[in-house]
Amino acid sequence: MGSIYADAKYQDVPVEEKERLFQEVKADMRWHTTLYGCYECGICVAACPSARFYDFSPRVFAQVMAREDVHTFYELLNDSMWDCSQCFSCTRCPRQNSPGGIITIMREVAVKNGMQSAKTALQAYSRIIYKVMSTGTQVAPDMLQPDFFPDWGPDVVKVSENLETWRRAIPPETLHTTELAWDVSEQTQLELYLIWKLSGNLDMIETLDEGIFMILTEVMEELLEEHGYDLDEVEVLV
Amino acid sequence: MSSKLNVINPGPTKAKDRFFDRKGEVPTEYFKDQLFDLEAKGEIIVHRIEEGNYVEVDTKYGRKKKIPIQNTWHHKSCGQCGHIPGYSTSIFWLHRQLGYNYYDPKDQTSCTAWNYYASSASNSAAQAAIAIRNFAQAYQDGYFPLIHCGTSYGHYKETRNEILHHQGLRDQVRRILDKLGKPLVFPEEIVHYSEWVHAMRDQIKARQKLDLSNVVVTVHPACHYHKLVVEDAIYDRDLYDGQRTATVSGIVKALGADLQDYSTWHDCCGFGFRHILVSRDFSRSFATLRKIERMKEEANPDVVITHDTGCVTTLDKSQFAAKAHNRNVGIPVLSDSQFAALAMGAHPYKVCQLHWHGVDNRPLMEKMGIDHEKAWAEFEEQVERIKSGEIEFLSWEDAE
Ligand code: SF4
Ligand code: SF4
Repeated sequence: MGSIYADAKYQDVPVEEKERLFQEVKADMRWHTTLYGCYECGICVAACPSARFYDFSPRVFAQVMAREDVHTFYELLNDSMWDCSQCFSCTRCPRQNSPGGIITIMREVAVKNGMQSAKTALQAYSRIIYKVMSTGTQVAPDMLQPDFFPDWGPDVVKVSENLETWRRAIPPETLHTTELAWDVSEQTQLELYLIWKLSGNLDMIETLDEGIFMILTEVMEELLEEHGYDLDEVEVLV
Repeated sequence: MSSKLNVINPGPTKAKDRFFDRKGEVPTEYFKDQLFDLEAKGEIIVHRIEEGNYVEVDTKYGRKKKIPIQNTWHHKSCGQCGHIPGYSTSIFWLHRQLGYNYYDPKDQTSCTAWNYYASSASNSAAQAAIAIRNFAQAYQDGYFPLIHCGTSYGHYKETRNEILHHQGLRDQVRRILDKLGKPLVFPEEIVHYSEWVHAMRDQIKARQKLDLSNVVVTVHPACHYHKLVVEDAIYDRDLYDGQRTATVSGIVKALGADLQDYSTWHDCCGFGFRHILVSRDFSRSFATLRKIERMKEEANPDVVITHDTGCVTTLDKSQFAAKAHNRNVGIPVLSDSQFAALAMGAHPYKVCQLHWHGVDNRPLMEKMGIDHEKAWAEFEEQVERIKSGEIEFLSWEDAE
């Protein structure tokens, strides 16, 4: 039996591969608290923002996973799951499921396995990953550029034109920054980078985007060495 | 006979006078029991709020929660500091005005959960280690964490659940933190700044300078505040009969503004984490069609008050494009900290930094009795001083 979708796109993918990824999702320690079954009541769909504007349904995730339908699981893994807003409105589920939580785990599996769906969904997003991994803050004032946010109107133009002085015209001392959201000490940035490295996250980034991985490791490891860290001592602990 | 019966039984009480008083057992396990258990076994350090330095509030299932009053370590938010700097500045300003000590650290990183919910390019061990590195830093700095971002708050509560239930994860995180020379610390409460604003609302009201009785307000509650690990969000029987979170609505009511309801109160704002950065057509559609237009039609508010980074950003910035399509939009969006600060007489540009917001907020200021033309001229004067090199930065003294 194949997927529930008549227009399934991945019928040629061997079932063993689908099964392997499915088991990887189920092996996550959070799995047991995200799915308890499904009443098929649709409450999650009514609460879900993404269901209103995409061909997307949290109920389908709960049911497909509960029925262990690896074919449809693979379809979702390659497409629909990236539409989720991760708002967790679906925790209203009377069965105590968290369809959003299932999706968090599925996305992690897709990224870890370097799946094309993850690469495509995160294509324009990788520079944000670089920002947060290297500086410790995810968005910065200098991102407020009209070419990045053309739909946010003329205020973005005003902010970007006046950025340097307007940042200085904010009283808290930590906010006089343009490239970081606040002033994060260099030692703290290095500690964050060590966490990424020790937890095996850099391997994940390498699978996702080799370019970002190379810049990140080059910049940060030079800094670590400058600060007297012995990189041979820093191996993946997880 | 029937008239006698009426005397004995006056009939059902009116709906507004009825209150459901919950008597049953709390349906969820209590994280504090588990935290203190692990501490007794020597596995973790629990960072406690000092005696005498907290206010107790009620939470969803009736448990009490301690909200620290001062000596707080301000765990800042990327989006607030980066794109809506008046949001965080107002939180600090409120502490200064109420005379409460706080610490604004440089040894803090983001929780990185915006990235995590957008991309999942991380794992549980990294996310927990990042949380606990921040907590350990706060502990070593001698201040109790106060979390500015709703997503950090929700994510840290998820992390708490994972840490409490998975020995393997604790071991992984301990090995990472050992390398950093940091202890495994968890605070006894995860506290959002808006809970502090809620707990301080009477003190804020006592210092209120503006009359807000004719200002119509709708509230948007942040999903990651009250939907993600629901049990320790604040609920108060005096607000919505205790059936919705009281946070944000509590301060709006305390300030005497005209709080109005609308049918999509529970809906998300449309932020979407990944969507707001690289797929904004969805965020814009949801924010304007499901939230702003509903509010406009049903309550016609002067302002939307909310309590998270993503909600202010999405609800505010999405309106420009919708206006171009002649949609029924045009409501300013502020955080509860900015609204409370304005009510207490904070400068709209030097403190609340309203020029970083998208929707025209001048009509709101007029309704609040703020002379925005004069205020803007005062702000520009400070900007000129910075440009001319007379001062390097705007100081708190200049702003106050
Ligand atoms: S977390 Fe995802 S599936 Fe759940 S309600 Fe939000 S958008 Fe829908
Ligand atoms: S709300 Fe829960 S039980 Fe109902 S359809 Fe959604 S996942 Fe299934």
